[in-house]
Amino acid sequence: MFNKILTRARTMSPWVLHFDCGSCNGCDIEVLACLTPVYDVERFGMINVGNPMHADVFLVTGTVNHRNKKVLRNLYDQIPDPKVVVAIGACGLTGGIFREAYNVVGGVDKIIPVDVYVPGCPAKPEAIIDGVVLGLEKLKK
Amino acid sequence: MTTSQGIIMILAGLASGPLLGGLIAGLDRILTARFQSRIGPPLLQPFYDVIKLFGKEKMVVNVWQAFCANAYMTAASISVVLFFLRSDLLLILFIQAVGAVFLVVGAFSSTSPYSQAGAHRELLQILCYEPLLIFVVVGIYLLTGSFKIESVYAWNQPVLLKLPFMFVVLSFVLTIKLRKSPFDLSTSHHAHQELVKGLLTDYSGSFLALTEIAHWYETVLVLGLCSLFWTTNPVGAILLVGLTYFLEIWIDNVSARLNWRWMLGYGWAMGVSLSLVNLVWLYAR
Ligand code: SF4
Repeated sequence: MFNKILTRARTMSPWVLHFDCGSCNGCDIEVLACLTPVYDVERFGMINVGNPMHADVFLVTGTVNHRNKKVLRNLYDQIPDPKVVVAIGACGLTGGIFREAYNVVGGVDKIIPVDVYVPGCPAKPEAIIDGVVLGLEKLKK
Repeated sequence: MTTSQGIIMILAGLASGPLLGGLIAGLDRILTARFQSRIGPPLLQPFYDVIKLFGKEKMVVNVWQAFCANAYMTAASISVVLFFLRSDLLLILFIQAVGAVFLVVGAFSSTSPYSQAGAHRELLQILCYEPLLIFVVVGIYLLTGSFKIESVYAWNQPVLLKLPFMFVVLSFVLTIKLRKSPFDLSTSHHAHQELVKGLLTDYSGSFLALTEIAHWYETVLVLGLCSLFWTTNPVGAILLVGLTYFLEIWIDNVSARLNWRWMLGYGWAMGVSLSLVNLVWLYAR
């Protein structure tokens, strides 16, 4: 009974933390578009927080490079459990068009475990919302 | 008040924060969303948030912070219970102030610059609104001859008619206390601000949930103070409080955040002069 309430509360209130891990800003704009009145993700209780300690869902856009991999790891560690990681865009998945660059490590999953992959260049806001919803399904289990 | 009535009032006071306060917060978020031409979250959203926060992994910066969150919560709930028991207004204000200070101490105990800056601003906010609250209470005292809420209820006409300017001062305090623009300096309801989450940055998980519930208690308390201005019939009180709260949300949505110099300058200048005008007027009659 108590677990049921808790699971429902978790799926009804995913607070997202968005980290731009070296993206071209295309995916970031799409993430922020989700918060505008057009998509209004607050309908699902989603809030864009700026603090990893308050977050449940970690949205990462862009490639990981040798400079920012520590930051990514650090942010991931600071999010209290249970948490879901969503990698967004071709860059976040594999490194995208930047994958050959000398300083690029690759996709987000090279550094931290990723639960949901949202493809696209840039990923559509609808796809991003779908990705978070898919992540919440994982959270239920 | 008999003993059984007293117990019922204590229970009602304890329940009012988590229930009434949460519902008010939910309504607030829906209204705000509508003002911004969005649909907004469901009414029960604040409850989902708090329950979820209680279920998160515990991460404390230090023990002081955990203690302070609990102390803030306790003080806020005691002040509401005392309000329901129709006790002394001064006592209620002091207990509420103790809670507010604990919240600040908790934020100071972490080394995060956001938390520190937020705590500084919160102190300035307390400095701004506490004297004004005392003025309001003194006004009520001069009118009814007692600091007891009991005597306000015994008064035979709405206090608002005799203390109209005091009500304006109280709604000013309400804006600060509810963390509404233009005075949401230390931390705001909106997830992002220049200080990340300001005062609340380093509270997380169940401690953040505690501060949220304590905030609901404080909302109930300040709205309760507003209701004291129309005690002769409940419909009047509800209308007055509802209208004031609606105006607060409206102001929140149409105004930008001010800095603390503006808040202190305008707050004190306006609050003190309006209070004095009202007190002189009361005295002259
Ligand atoms: S996936 Fe495309 S839009 Fe997104 S960050 Fe990479 S290059 Fe930019």
